[in-house]
Amino acid sequence: MELSVRQMSNFNYSTSFQNAVFPNPIFTASGCAGSGKELAQFFPLTEIGAVVTKSIMVKARSGRPTPRMAETPSGMLNSIGLQGPGIDQFLAEDIPFLQKAGARIIVSIAGESVDDYGSLARRLRGVPGLSALEVNISCPNVENRGQVFACDPIASRSVVEVVRRVLGGELPIIVKLSPDVTDIVSIANEVIAAGADGLALINTLLGMVIDIDTMRPKLGGKTGGLSGPAIRPVAVRAIYQVHQAFPKIPILGMGGIASGRDALELVFAGASGVSVGTATFGNPNAVLKVKDELANLLIERGFTNFKEAVGFAHRSADV
Amino acid sequence: MKINRRAQQRTVEIVSNKRVGAYHHMIFAVGDMALHALPGNFVAISVGGPGSAMVLRRAFAIYRTHDRGNYGGTLELVVAPHGQGSKWLTALPMHATVDMVGPLGTSFGIPTEPVNALLVGGGYGSAPLFGLAELLKDGGSRVDMVLGASSAGKIYAPLEGKRAVNSMTITTDDGSAGTKGQVVSVLAGLIERYDVDIIYSCGPMAMLAAIQDIATQTGIMHQCAVEEAMACGIGVCMTCVVPLRDETGLVKMSRSCIDGPVMDGASVLWNSSGKIPDGTFGAPNV
Repeated sequence: MELSVRQMSNFNYSTSFQNAVFPNPIFTASGCAGSGKELAQFFPLTEIGAVVTKSIMVKARSGRPTPRMAETPSGMLNSIGLQGPGIDQFLAEDIPFLQKAGARIIVSIAGESVDDYGSLARRLRGVPGLSALEVNISCPNVENRGQVFACDPIASRSVVEVVRRVLGGELPIIVKLSPDVTDIVSIANEVIAAGADGLALINTLLGMVIDIDTMRPKLGGKTGGLSGPAIRPVAVRAIYQVHQAFPKIPILGMGGIASGRDALELVFAGASGVSVGTATFGNPNAVLKVKDELANLLIERGFTNFKEAVGFAHRSADV
Repeated sequence: MKINRRAQQRTVEIVSNKRVGAYHHMIFAVGDMALHALPGNFVAISVGGPGSAMVLRRAFAIYRTHDRGNYGGTLELVVAPHGQGSKWLTALPMHATVDMVGPLGTSFGIPTEPVNALLVGGGYGSAPLFGLAELLKDGGSRVDMVLGASSAGKIYAPLEGKRAVNSMTITTDDGSAGTKGQVVSVLAGLIERYDVDIIYSCGPMAMLAAIQDIATQTGIMHQCAVEEAMACGIGVCMTCVVPLRDETGLVKMSRSCIDGPVMDGASVLWNSSGKIPDGTFGAPNV
């Protein structure tokens, strides 16, 4: 359907996570946009809702050995292991680039201990131009699975409490959870009680591929995080469950989004924003494509305001 | 480091697709993308068509390019139909279109003065060497080439490619063509005979590592195009890393799509697949 300029201009695409307002709800996904420089060659970063940075840690990290990648049906396993320069270099190089590019910035942080999260929040507290902090407590690619705070309600709570205490009310906190738990709603409950303003759902699922020629696990890190369209139904389910339990908490949804129709599922399930991750590997312009397609689909369905569509699937049929 | 400044994404048309031995020689009408490609650069192509279960791009070294012809700018690849993605690509008919991003990555450094260059290719790794050979010859260099593969059918050496070099040596593991054995076994002799100043190579990592050993022993410069599995080709996925020593001596896990594929062989820490070399930037403290 061809949309008139009038229909497009009457459509309010903006979204918000607590006091952070974004002109549209389509973001990059953490770890899928490099430092921002790489994608800036394909489109202006101002076009998208926000850049969510790779999860930054206190110290530089080499990441895991290669092979780090295995393609799977409608998805991929990665075992990058949070390779990154550490917070100092990140603040000196990556952040100034994003600020200069006019991008709205959500910094993702990851730590090995509760204290790490506190130190990272302290370093980021006064940095100008940040829209929000994503607290990644669910990266599966760490040597010690015990580091996956998001599998432990008490640990999840401790991390978020520390970050909240350090930040005060300055920056919205979006906590990224793992779908690899029995009851994601109970984990969500803990982090909300600890002061999370929003939730990011979902991180990758832990998986493994075995190379039938070498007869050994294919990835250097043996296990990896599964992403791509294969996990989309898991994301839709997790978002639906959490939105049902906490309808006032904004959710940043991600998990196998490659088109506007994919994003629409997440929005109807309850996502106030949608991150595009693995699809960028297949198409550098995927984030923009999703942004344009989702707007068209919403307008076609008669929505004049993006926010009206959030959680629509929860309404009873006769509404 | 930044992504290749010239990189663009576009839908390109297949204008030729011919089987040559174990490979397919494919020509794409790419417009001005051809203008900007240098030997060593690669392209990343999405495979499988709409709704495909293959979500990642496939990277291919550029065989050669032409600025203008019947189809405008063209770009040529030599594709080995090994996996699902390359099988899909090589089965496409004339005039089919694919989504291509390129040119990507670094290119082979060309000396400003004429030199004696030895070009070494393994399997379809020979592809980017022919464009390089032409460029070196144009600059007055002597160019000798060694190509190796498991058997004769897997040597990619078109006639015009052979004409472009001063000498061509073939090795096969099974002896079905040329000298029986691997390319490395003939290198020392060729280096001496042709008084080689620089080696350019492209092929499997184990071959490149063995070439570097010889380059180190003989004190010859070695530029190689590395092969590490890539998911994106544009520097965002961090999967294609190799340990690379930078100019300050610091070893970093570096992306072969941005800091490579062409790297200085002496700066790569070879044989490190499956491990992070000690002392690498951010390596776990043991």
